[in-house]
Amino acid sequence: MAEGQVTRELPLDGRFAGGASVSVRPAGAARRVSLRVPAESVAAVSNSLGVELPTRPGASAQAGARAVLWLGPDEWLVIEEGERYPMADLEGAGVLFAAVDVSHRNTAILVTGPAAADVLNAGCPRDLSLETFPVSACSRTVLGKIEIVLWRMADDAFRVECWRSFSDYAFDFLKDATRGQ
Amino acid sequence: MTAAGINRIAGKGRLTPANTVRFTFDDKSFTGLAGDTLASALIANNVHLVGRSFKYHRPRGVLSAGAEEPSALVGVRRDAARRAPNIRATVQEIHDGLDAVSQNRWPSLGFDIGAVNDIASPLFSAGFYYKTFMWPKVAWKHFYEPFIRNAAGLGVAPTEIDPDHYASRYVHCDVLVIGGGAAGLAAALAAAETGAQVILCDENAQVGGALRFETEARLDGLGGFDWAEQAAGRLAAMDNVRLLTRTTAFGYYAQNFVGLVERVSDHVAAPDPDLPRERLWQLRARRVIIAAGAIERHMVFANNDRPGIMLASAARMYLNHYGVAVGRSVGVYTANDSAYAAAIDLKKAGVDIPAIVDLRDAPDSGVAEEARALGIRVLTGHAVTGAGGKLRVASMTVEPAKGTAKAEIIPIDALLMSAGWTPSVHMFSQSRGKVAWDEASERFLPGTYAQDCVSVGACNGTDGLEASVAEALAVGETMAKQARPGATTSGVTIRVDGEGKWSGGMSGAAPGSTPGKVIKAFVDYQNDVTAKDIRLAVQEGMHSIEHVKRFTTNGMATDQGKLSNLHGLAIAAEALGRPIPQVGLTTFRPPYTPTTFGAIVNHARGKLFDPVRRTPMHASEEAAGAVFEDVGQWKRAWYYPRSGEDMHAAVNRECKTVREVAGMFDASTLGKIEVVGPDAAQFLDLLYTNPFMKLGVGKLRYGIMCREDGFIYDDGVVARVAEDRFHVTTTTGGAPRVLHHMEDYLQTEFPHLKVWLTSTSEQWAVIAVQGPKAREIVEPFVSGIDLSNEAFPHMSYAEGTVCGVPARVFRMSFTGEAGYEINVPADHGRMVWDAIHERGAPMGMCLYGTETMHVLRAEKGYIIVGQDTDGTVTPHDAGLSWAVGKKKTDFVGIRGLKRPDLAADGRRQLVGLKVKDGKTVLEEGAQIVANPHQPVPMKIIGWVSSSYWSENCGQPIALALIDDGFKRMGETLHVPMPDRVIEVEVCDTVFFDKEGGRLHG
Repeated sequence: MAEGQVTRELPLDGRFAGGASVSVRPAGAARRVSLRVPAESVAAVSNSLGVELPTRPGASAQAGARAVLWLGPDEWLVIEEGERYPMADLEGAGVLFAAVDVSHRNTAILVTGPAAADVLNAGCPRDLSLETFPVSACSRTVLGKIEIVLWRMADDAFRVECWRSFSDYAFDFLKDATRGQ
Repeated sequence: MTAAGINRIAGKGRLTPANTVRFTFDDKSFTGLAGDTLASALIANNVHLVGRSFKYHRPRGVLSAGAEEPSALVGVRRDAARRAPNIRATVQEIHDGLDAVSQNRWPSLGFDIGAVNDIASPLFSAGFYYKTFMWPKVAWKHFYEPFIRNAAGLGVAPTEIDPDHYASRYVHCDVLVIGGGAAGLAAALAAAETGAQVILCDENAQVGGALRFETEARLDGLGGFDWAEQAAGRLAAMDNVRLLTRTTAFGYYAQNFVGLVERVSDHVAAPDPDLPRERLWQLRARRVIIAAGAIERHMVFANNDRPGIMLASAARMYLNHYGVAVGRSVGVYTANDSAYAAAIDLKKAGVDIPAIVDLRDAPDSGVAEEARALGIRVLTGHAVTGAGGKLRVASMTVEPAKGTAKAEIIPIDALLMSAGWTPSVHMFSQSRGKVAWDEASERFLPGTYAQDCVSVGACNGTDGLEASVAEALAVGETMAKQARPGATTSGVTIRVDGEGKWSGGMSGAAPGSTPGKVIKAFVDYQNDVTAKDIRLAVQEGMHSIEHVKRFTTNGMATDQGKLSNLHGLAIAAEALGRPIPQVGLTTFRPPYTPTTFGAIVNHARGKLFDPVRRTPMHASEEAAGAVFEDVGQWKRAWYYPRSGEDMHAAVNRECKTVREVAGMFDASTLGKIEVVGPDAAQFLDLLYTNPFMKLGVGKLRYGIMCREDGFIYDDGVVARVAEDRFHVTTTTGGAPRVLHHMEDYLQTEFPHLKVWLTSTSEQWAVIAVQGPKAREIVEPFVSGIDLSNEAFPHMSYAEGTVCGVPARVFRMSFTGEAGYEINVPADHGRMVWDAIHERGAPMGMCLYGTETMHVLRAEKGYIIVGQDTDGTVTPHDAGLSWAVGKKKTDFVGIRGLKRPDLAADGRRQLVGLKVKDGKTVLEEGAQIVANPHQPVPMKIIGWVSSSYWSENCGQPIALALIDDGFKRMGETLHVPMPDRVIEVEVCDTVFFDKEGGRLHG
């Protein structure tokens, strides 16, 4: 199901918040797949995707512009920021699994800067110290009153994935949390 | 020095004389020093009278120098909207422009009409309200209660919206240390040096605790406070430590979850508007060390509430930290050694100490001798039995504690008192730890622990600075090592050379306030509870401390009885003739000190109170003039009024236009679930009442989902996208719970099925185009799908592209007209919507909202789950027997539906109603009766579930659930309303196009 050259209208286009110690801005358009893969199919699916599905809880793996986030014992979120189509890549896997295109279900916010973890911790109850939530860690968690998927991309850079209609709330929440930082 | 108050003593205290601060109290301007609390600054200016008490309107002053203050409560105003009532003057720091006002007085603090309550006080004894306002019964609700409520309460709540900003932060650590006194600092140092992550919080502006006033202490060769400052500096410089001052641990919850409130900007004259006023810290600690210290108790004697009477440690704090003498001629009444030090410090600062009155016959630690050596008169075995003066204490009456020698009246202008120290077990108790009575020291101490915490120092009953520090060092290191396996040995040592004497104490009523005397000896200052009230409670049969507490309100004020609990308990125990531990201690509950709603709510206000969800097409709908309604968290277009139209006119036009031309509707909020896997069809066959095994690829089916009990849970249309892939839709409100319901059954009842569920509600924007011209309007945008009736009949599904983007197109209808629901990826929803609108509008197509959708579906008798069902309606009751697979051997609800009462006659069933007058629109929820002339209460046989004016039918239409409804076709029933009875006729549920031919047009 390849999309043409039609530009996507992202829900947070043009928004920005933050200051010297933190910035909050929308991520660019991405393709996403919700993957459910039984253990015996993990190798074949990894092969088709070109990324090894991480099996350690809370781990992520990346290859080029494609990342795979572990969300549960048989559940992963694929994020493709490049030109490739993960749904198409999965077609030839030839094993039992389920893949659902959720490219537009989610949108993402990038929170970066030295105060990024503090800003997220305004509404996210997880321990975001590097010790317990190191670079590349990911988790389905909450931000204020909504569910998010949080992914640490660098010491001071996080990606917040949330459902499209909750992105306004997520952005406003993070913006409020940057006050006084 | 008088610039910052006539009571400021040169060379005393730690504030800088040059740093003056201007503030006002009751509109009078004063000068204080940076670092002053409102209390210290007022006392420096010789102001002791700061408020009127809650019940008797007695003049009240400053009792303490800390968070336990029950008496000096004031209002603080920053501007019209920022008015905080009941602020403790001992906690509020002054800043330039601080504007404070006294409370509970009229017309002025010095002359208060309400003080008549004090004279009439024999009327207002404990339990007064319960006894007096009992009769007549009706008067309580309409007269007594409103009057009492109006008169009660302290301070005035602001009426404007709080303009301040409050922040929140979740944080984790290995070791949390509550309290930054000597023990807390020592514990934090020992824990931090192991490498553990440590958070230390202290409610005051500066760490040090009792070291702020205790001058004898020397640690590592430094004065106590200097050492504390140095220790704080050392901690603050460590990467693994977070030091939070002005931060109160107010609540201790399960699994070492502790709530802290940090006061960020209340002490700042002109705070940065981006700074929060307060920050709520929600903290999870592997280990907690409680170093909360001890709280000094007052003495219970007649008129012990006169302004100028205060705790001995408070006077010492005002002198040694703030450089303020609390009076010129200061009496002392004690049962404890530590008050001597206050007298000695004041004496050395040039203040006259007419007498120290010690209730004990022979204090044995040598303090009396030390005081006498300075020329202070010490009266051991004596009691203060009364205080003279009204707006300020003027004298104390001294009598021998035993015997009948003549009383002596000694003039004073301040009186210090100390009945001993109560270990602060609040946080320990909140952690669900059980306190234990220590007979030897007559106090409650931490007993059985319920969580991973340890108390150290004074709050643990550890006496003496050296012992407290040693205990804290050991515990700090141990807790760090428990919390963090890799923690190293810390090796922190602290040498303690000097320390104050703190032994001795008493609880209960002091001599002179013992039974039989008509005096006011206050136990609980904030709630105006006297020793007599507690005895009265016992006399009236309250034998449990919990009953005594509620009868007298002792300990029930915002200070939670920090000073009064033990005294109240001792008086009750004496009156009952039982030992204290048998009378029991009341429970300590959060918050430890009053906590603002702002801090608790923090970010969750205004637009962050609850998420507002908008569909991808929202902006276009708004531009088209939509009026929105809230559907759960969603904003949905309700109707699209044109110029001059009210809602009724707009909905009528939309309803007509859809049936005559076409309409376009945003259905994006529908829940969507993608069901994928080789067993997907079997799974849906089990979850829905309808058969799904034979549904072909490219076909749609309306499905009903029941609960196990056979009642309708949700409904929706299901598309078979591929052999192993279904696109399921749910109601808007049902989306999350239907997914959970399915997942629940998949994991618990049908785990053998190879199928997976994914929410796709927000993946797709859904654009419904309905009406006779629907095909003509959408056809040019669609490629890859033959939309002809033959190729794509009603209840078909196909994938193709619409406006160049991939689309899932459903040929279906919730209006009764031919139409399509076009699903496109959400980020393209608005583009497609706009394109179809641009073509459709000139052809006569309208946009329609949820109200029109409701009317159109009701004209067709299509139900809305949750409106026409209420959790007790089966598919059969709803007239949907055709949707229950007759040949199916299993589905969720199949056994429920076979229950005899669900299959019996007389069920409440969904039918249509026509209003006989042809014009009245029934009220939804209205009750229905067969005979309107029967006596009240009438037998209700049903209720109206949906009701609208139908412009297409030219009459009102309604759906109703009625007992045995299917058998009542044509029957006349009645809807009684307050002003009249409406006649209705029972009919079937389809009001428009009964044959359904339009669906296939």
